[in-house]
Amino acid sequence: MTGAARPPANPLWRTRSPLLPPGARSRAAHLLTAAAARGVFELPCCTGCGRFAWPIPEACPDCLATVALSPAPRGARVIAATTAEVPADPYFRQRAPWRVGLVAMDCGPQALVHLDPGAGAGDAVRMTLVLDRAGQAVLHAGPEGGDMQADPQWREMTADPAGRRVLITDARHVAVLPLARALAGAGAAAIHLGVPEAWKPLPARAAFEALPGVRLVGLDVTSDRSVTDLAADLAGRVEIVVNTTDLPRPGGLMAPAAQGDARAMHDSVALGMLRLARAFGPAMAARGADGERGAVAWVNLLSVLARAHPPGWAGYAAAHAAGLSMAQALRADLASGGVRVVTVLTGPTEDDAFQTLDPPHVTGRAVADAILNALRRGLEEVVVGDVARDLVARLEKNPKAVERDLARGGLA
Amino acid sequence: MIWPAGGWHDRGFAMSGVLASLAHALDRGTVRLVDLTQTLTEDFPTIVLPPEFAPSAPVRIERLSHYDAAGPAWYWNNLSFGEHTGTHLDAPAHWFTGRDHAQGTVDTMRLASMLAPACVIDCSAGVAADDDFLLTRPMLEAWEAAHGAITPGAWVLMRSGWSARRGAAYANLREDGAHTPGPDPQAIRWLVHERGIAGFGTESIGTDAGQAGQFDPPYPAHHHLHGAGRHGLQCLTNLHLLPPRGAMLMAAPLKVHQGSGSPLRVLALIEETVV
Repeated sequence: MTGAARPPANPLWRTRSPLLPPGARSRAAHLLTAAAARGVFELPCCTGCGRFAWPIPEACPDCLATVALSPAPRGARVIAATTAEVPADPYFRQRAPWRVGLVAMDCGPQALVHLDPGAGAGDAVRMTLVLDRAGQAVLHAGPEGGDMQADPQWREMTADPAGRRVLITDARHVAVLPLARALAGAGAAAIHLGVPEAWKPLPARAAFEALPGVRLVGLDVTSDRSVTDLAADLAGRVEIVVNTTDLPRPGGLMAPAAQGDARAMHDSVALGMLRLARAFGPAMAARGADGERGAVAWVNLLSVLARAHPPGWAGYAAAHAAGLSMAQALRADLASGGVRVVTVLTGPTEDDAFQTLDPPHVTGRAVADAILNALRRGLEEVVVGDVARDLVARLEKNPKAVERDLARGGLA
Repeated sequence: MIWPAGGWHDRGFAMSGVLASLAHALDRGTVRLVDLTQTLTEDFPTIVLPPEFAPSAPVRIERLSHYDAAGPAWYWNNLSFGEHTGTHLDAPAHWFTGRDHAQGTVDTMRLASMLAPACVIDCSAGVAADDDFLLTRPMLEAWEAAHGAITPGAWVLMRSGWSARRGAAYANLREDGAHTPGPDPQAIRWLVHERGIAGFGTESIGTDAGQAGQFDPPYPAHHHLHGAGRHGLQCLTNLHLLPPRGAMLMAAPLKVHQGSGSPLRVLALIEETVV
């Protein structure tokens, strides 16, 4: 079910200025940012004595050995809980009351955390590293087995589509029908689906139109006019953008149509994102602070070939690499409004375009589930599918080996 | 300077000669200009080829500045498009059969073909009943019986009413490709070889019917027109404003170096007295 229709905002309300939680962190602390962005629970751990530490130290407080992140048990117990009614920090003051607690983590350290309202002193809680609206990693503690989405503080830090309006840029992507279904099921208030080249048939049109809250709109991200026209209608009326634009055309640098294909793919994937960013970005960033009604997230669905470049897909990989680069610029631009920019890297999807690539291919449903999961957990970096996960892991170990493997053909 | 009231005659244009007569007729409205061109927009359908072939780039109009920080006093755009987008002309070199003509590209096109009489065949009733309507030789002969022989060197325009359609209805794509009207192989061969036309024009996306890939030869309008060094015009509009014969067509493509075609402005001169 989609959520109930939202009443229009009261025009007499004060315009809220963007406020963010404290954002300064040490370079070392960004180890935690990386973990939170991927949604894993890893804490600083001494490489010498194996003790966990919190907050992140420059060296082990016990033996002075170096510290690295290590997967940690997620259990903890609340030592003390309180509610800040008038916090000193302007961001938290605007959102008060704000629940905080002191917890003792099962792995050892004590920490001051954002505490679910349902948890009190003595309760067992489950710890999560999550990115706050400033994009920095913080600790959240919620009751074991509790519904995180019911915690307004969790909702503030993440991007649950419930009650929010979503724009999906390209209804022709294989993930979009399952994504629209998932979003409708998650209670999205409205789902606008962009249809490029609306003069071409849209095979799933009837299935889309049967979904509650779904509206098909003309949107061609390669056209300035199309993008700005839609932004005029929607930039102030969507809280989540999911950019699914893609144009898979295989071929190496010397393929017959390589140049035209590469240009078209860059125009769709990279410059398309640029056009969307210019048209929707300013309004999204300005509305990031708009309380419960605020813009929360921008998802860019990209191919893992943005990072690993098989020569038989040269133009496609280059277009996605350019898209990935732009997505990072967009993340910085939208950070001022606290809008989360999520990168979802997917392996080859289960559609006609990728049939020549080695299986397993990712189903549209798997991509849709990953996007919904990322929104609900506030993730920033997501990798979908075995092929993509394998490639990313191999790149971390030895990128040169990956380059040579891909040059021989195949992804696996 | 503000133009004075009145027409060319009052402004001192040449007092005699054919062009003076034309200027005078334009003043009086006895000769009228009709625009046969679709506006070049980004969402106008483009020809769709089977997926194994390179597709044409669409029309794109990208703003450089609009009296803003990128150009405070001026407005201008970057324009990009495939040669065969919007209302456009096909030159002989567009098709393999026309590749060896000395004047086969738009930059070498004979000027005479850019200004020539037009014969307009009204197929709108048949097309209204059948998206795949084909113009046949007997229909052309019936037209000649009513209006006289098709003039050698004239353009033949297939009036179909198709230009009234928009978007998906205009492209009319189904799983087996486009379904749009056009000439059958015998009709176009007869027009080219028996009547010596300058070119053939349609209101739909191609000079050939949407299903003409299945004909023998495939795409007969392209095959025969360009093989004989003749031209094609497509995506025309306002053909219903033209008389069956008597209009003069002006179709001058962009002078693109070795271009296989070009979007263009197509105009017709019509005499109001001609019925």
